[in-house]
Amino acid sequence: MSNVSEQSTPAYDFAVTDRHTVNFGPQHPSTHGVLRLIMELDGETVERADPHIGLLHRGTEKLIEYKSYLQAVPYFDRLDYVSAMNCEYAFALATEKLLDVVAPDRAQWIRVMFSEITRILNHIQNTVHLALDIGAQTPSLWGYEEREKLLEFYEAVSGARFHANYFRPGGVAKDLPDGLAERIWDWTEKFPKFVDDVEGLLTENRIVKQRLVDIGVISVSDALGMGFAGPNLRACGVPWDLRRSRPYDKYSEVDFAIPVGKHGDCYDRYLVRIHEMRESAKIIRQALQKLPVGPVKIQDSKIASPKRSEMKRSMEAMIHHFKLYSEGFHVPAGATYTAVEASKGEFGVYLIADGTNHPYRCKIRPTGFGHLQAMDLLTRGHMLADAIAILGSIDVVFGEVDR
Amino acid sequence: MAGSTADPFNDVLLSLTGVTKVLMERDERVAHVDRARLLSVMEILKTDPRFSYEQCMDVCGVDWPDRTERFDVVYQLLSLTRNDRLRVIVTTDEEQLVPSVTPIWSGACWWEREVWDLFGVRFDGLVDHRRILTDYGFEGHPLRKDFPLTGHVEVRYDEDEKRVVYDRVALTQEFRQFDFLSPWEAVTTLPGDEKAIRKAGSSS
Repeated sequence: MSNVSEQSTPAYDFAVTDRHTVNFGPQHPSTHGVLRLIMELDGETVERADPHIGLLHRGTEKLIEYKSYLQAVPYFDRLDYVSAMNCEYAFALATEKLLDVVAPDRAQWIRVMFSEITRILNHIQNTVHLALDIGAQTPSLWGYEEREKLLEFYEAVSGARFHANYFRPGGVAKDLPDGLAERIWDWTEKFPKFVDDVEGLLTENRIVKQRLVDIGVISVSDALGMGFAGPNLRACGVPWDLRRSRPYDKYSEVDFAIPVGKHGDCYDRYLVRIHEMRESAKIIRQALQKLPVGPVKIQDSKIASPKRSEMKRSMEAMIHHFKLYSEGFHVPAGATYTAVEASKGEFGVYLIADGTNHPYRCKIRPTGFGHLQAMDLLTRGHMLADAIAILGSIDVVFGEVDR
Repeated sequence: MAGSTADPFNDVLLSLTGVTKVLMERDERVAHVDRARLLSVMEILKTDPRFSYEQCMDVCGVDWPDRTERFDVVYQLLSLTRNDRLRVIVTTDEEQLVPSVTPIWSGACWWEREVWDLFGVRFDGLVDHRRILTDYGFEGHPLRKDFPLTGHVEVRYDEDEKRVVYDRVALTQEFRQFDFLSPWEAVTTLPGDEKAIRKAGSSS
């Protein structure tokens, strides 16, 4: 307390503090979107944090019920817009499961590769934003330059930098353009140097450690109870990764390590993400090495569109194309909960089909919902400024939390 | 993959009081549970080492308006130690309370709030029963099948009143839901099919 007067008696009551409620957000850069966080403060200490979410609620699940399966894919880009393809991945796999089809090998490898590119995109963004939130500006400038290179790969395959609409039920939308594989390979050679540079700025930085170490600690049992997954759970020391424990597509054929933390604090969450970026780059290289030639979507014109060149010659291909983009394909009745290891944790889709061309129910299990729910638990007793660091370290994006 | 009847694990699940039906749906295990016994079943599913579903990853509602108990409440459980998933389904309607599983998995709170918000399912023992995703003062439960896609109210900024105001939704054209369902796909037998079958049978 700075205003303790010189003449105060020894019996000065230090417990007399100012209690008030602060409305943090919804418009604040460090909320990473639109989060209204109502915090009860005792002085500068957080007594209770009550996140009010839903400011970005667009009714995605309701809208998908009125769309064909193919029309539903772009909605997934707009959920976790920082790791768009990982969200599409869950929907593509769920639909494939209900259709009982398997994407061709080349498509599976491309999806693994782009899933990891997406993970790196996400982790760069999160790491540098965390640094920005606690006052370091340089990493964000470096990180955005590196992200731009990856977004060029996105643009090369899908035509869009963010909302790719690339992973489709039955494969991917288009094959890699000529020369892209080489460009990605060249990039993977340079990428570890970038991670070294960012680590050089942050990992042993005295201020970073002061702001992150032992801040926002969560125990394993609390993390499990809150439904934590992904880097946030691994930072507590639980080596749980769906790519390893329930491999989908070609993840069973790639070799990678699962970094885990020890303390479950902000610093460990940061370190886990840094190491995951290095592992993701290794997976991308393996995918490029093992990438076979062949089709990139299943050769069934009832589900995946025929080639444009074919449509110029074949009437049947033309009809298939028309039917796919008006009526869409029918999915046999059934339900599945399919989850992928998205950049932020378990991203699941609970898809119920009723045999028609649109889903009966498409429940999206966002990664950030459980993590954000723990804000109260994580911030209690910390300073107001630590709440910013904690929010940055649990990595939430409101596109998917609010849906 | 184990079949729906010959799986010993399914029988173990079925032996719990309250579990009414266990089945495999596309290699995913689904257990239907009696609503009144949900809490005791969930407690066992979490703590018993035979099951040890440590995580409740998701709770969601599904609306089937034609049924008497129109809502499903679906829990996606995950066991990290056994690397196994289980889907637990209970049914309810607008009035019947579903026991809250928050004493077992504290993280279920927000999921249950979401089911309340979007479907109007009430939970017994849920401490924080506020809405979560929709607007402050929102009326209705938008993911029910009888809730229109366009909603009932829209917001706009009113220049005269200098504030955001709520209006009834006014559609400039009627809401159009195109039925793309092809009559040809739905009709599996066409008149005259029986002749083709008979012909094929006689020629062979």
